[in-house]
Amino acid sequence: MTEPAIVAVDVTRTYDLDGVFVSALRGVSLTVSATDYVAIVGTSGSGKSTLMHLLGALDRPSSGTLRIGGRDVATLGPAEMALLRNETIGFVFQSFHLLARTTARDNVALPLVYRGVGRRERRARAAEMLERVGLGHRLDHRPNQMSGGEQQRVAIARALVTGPSVLLADEPTGNLDSTTGEQVLGLLETLNADGVAVVLVTHDREVAGRAHRQIVMRDGLIVS
Amino acid sequence: MRVAEAWRVAIDALRANRLRSILTMLGVVIGVGAVVALVAIGTGTKRQIEQQVEGLGSNLLIVVPGRLDPGAAPTASTLTMDDVDAVIRVVGDRSRVAVTISSGETVRAGSREAYASMQGVLETTPDVFVRRLDRGSYLTRTDVTTGRRVAVLGAGTAKALFGDRDPIGRQITIGGVRFRVIGTFEELGQSLGVDRDSEVHVPVTAAQRLLGTQRIDGLAIRAPDRDRIDALGSAVVAALVKRHPDTDFSAVTQEQILGVLGDILGVLTGVLAAIAGISLLVGGVGVSNIMLVSVRERTKEIGLRKAVGARPRDIGVQFLLEAVLLTTIGGVLGMALGISAALLVDRLTPVPAAVTWWSLALAFGVSAAVGIIFGVIPAQRAGRLDPVVALRTE
Ligand SMILES: Nc1ncnc2c1ncn2[C@@H]1O[C@H](COP(=O)(O)OP(=O)(O)OP(=O)(O)O)[C@@H](O)[C@H]1O
Ligand SMILES: [Mg+2]
Repeated sequence: MTEPAIVAVDVTRTYDLDGVFVSALRGVSLTVSATDYVAIVGTSGSGKSTLMHLLGALDRPSSGTLRIGGRDVATLGPAEMALLRNETIGFVFQSFHLLARTTARDNVALPLVYRGVGRRERRARAAEMLERVGLGHRLDHRPNQMSGGEQQRVAIARALVTGPSVLLADEPTGNLDSTTGEQVLGLLETLNADGVAVVLVTHDREVAGRAHRQIVMRDGLIVS
Repeated sequence: MRVAEAWRVAIDALRANRLRSILTMLGVVIGVGAVVALVAIGTGTKRQIEQQVEGLGSNLLIVVPGRLDPGAAPTASTLTMDDVDAVIRVVGDRSRVAVTISSGETVRAGSREAYASMQGVLETTPDVFVRRLDRGSYLTRTDVTTGRRVAVLGAGTAKALFGDRDPIGRQITIGGVRFRVIGTFEELGQSLGVDRDSEVHVPVTAAQRLLGTQRIDGLAIRAPDRDRIDALGSAVVAALVKRHPDTDFSAVTQEQILGVLGDILGVLTGVLAAIAGISLLVGGVGVSNIMLVSVRERTKEIGLRKAVGARPRDIGVQFLLEAVLLTTIGGVLGMALGISAALLVDRLTPVPAAVTWWSLALAFGVSAAVGIIFGVIPAQRAGRLDPVVALRTE
């Protein structure tokens, strides 16, 4: 059996708001195997995004251990964390976060920039990935020239272009109608079938039901 | 991240804020332009003065009345032709010794008149200094010994009095006394706004009689070669001290004059450069300021770049390059501005300006350095941003 993609043991995350401590996570343990397909559900403010940031190596736990791709993040510096994100993780944000002045193709190619891939190859791989998410006809459009669903798919293409072993998606279908949402889900499931671990956050019971397992969060804890 | 890529990102960022980039650059453009132009003027002035001193001739030793100590009151000259004879004996060659007594006089020819510097001289002047005749001939030894009233005109004076007519053989009056023109000098041109062609050379004896004096205003001795200047100088000084025990004269070599002038003008150039440097510094502060604004504005972009794998260094380099790009482009434009300004000044005003390579290299280096120094703080700030926090900002 291969090593799990992500192991979190009793992690907490406390925000310090000028002396007032907000506990967003209060001791969460979770293992994401290399072929997992996990849905996280929970009320707003229950800590889902906070957990996703930790799983995506964007943030560090206040306590507990977190191992991503076999490496304990407590031992990694900022540059190594960046490398870890680039090589292991694909992250789809709740609110897309595309570069506004940049075309779909160059948005998707961005992670490859930090991998030292040459421009020509970058653009080719980005185009290929956009093709896969059904946006082959939108290569040179800017985010403000695309619909919400198209922007979401650009964000997914960007998360996938590096060939990550884990895809983290924070409400990937939240802003989409049911048809496009269905397309996006289908895409994630195909990926999962191809051996990419998928963790997604959703408010949609039906979307959650299609995952291999569900995690329910409340007040910074996993309740089931 | 590849360096070429970092450049592209930096250029794109500058383009996206074109007007702001241009205004920021302007501070650097003006700073670098000022450095280049002012150093050019300082250098040009220094060079021109040095050329003039060198243009006098070579290996010269100059004796003037009074002391050269700063603060010493100007004294009336006590040097006379007897002193000159003594010096000639020491030197052993009359053709190496020149003298002058000078006085500003109104020179007339017919109805025309001109103001000129009258120089009472020996016939040796062209042997000691570099002076070329345009027409006629120079004074002879007989002219000097007999005090003959003959004159050699500077190009400017000749033109003022005679226009295009040939002045040779014609009469002029200097201070009311009649002289006959026997030659004219080649044109020397202006320097530092001073016209060097308005002069009249006459035998020193005639000049002394005209002015009713025995004094002379200075001697110049040309050594046969450089190595003998010092020995010759000591001998001349010794001879003169014997006749003037209170040493009310001073002897300096051409090289000493050049050295002192060079020092003074070097300091002047340095001061000009420093003043201009301050404006460059101000430009640099402007760059720093704009970069901080730019980091704040693009916090979200920085967060996203980090989220997809940019290391702190990648982000830092990007912003640093942006600052360096601003200042180096500004630096190049500033050099162009400085060179143009220097050329215009040189062409249109009496002030000479010579653009030097070192000032260009310095200005460019300094502007690039300013970019690095003033870009580092904003770049570090950008590099250290926490990705999650950065992504949250609006
Ligand atoms: N940077 C922060 N500083 C302070 N408090 C924070 C910060 N980020 C999150 N929190 C707090 O942590 C808690 C959990 O936030 P989180 O964003 O993880 O919730 P969520 O489950 O993703 O909610 P939603 O479903 O609305 O996206 C909230 O109470 C929130 O206010
Ligand atoms: Mg959330």
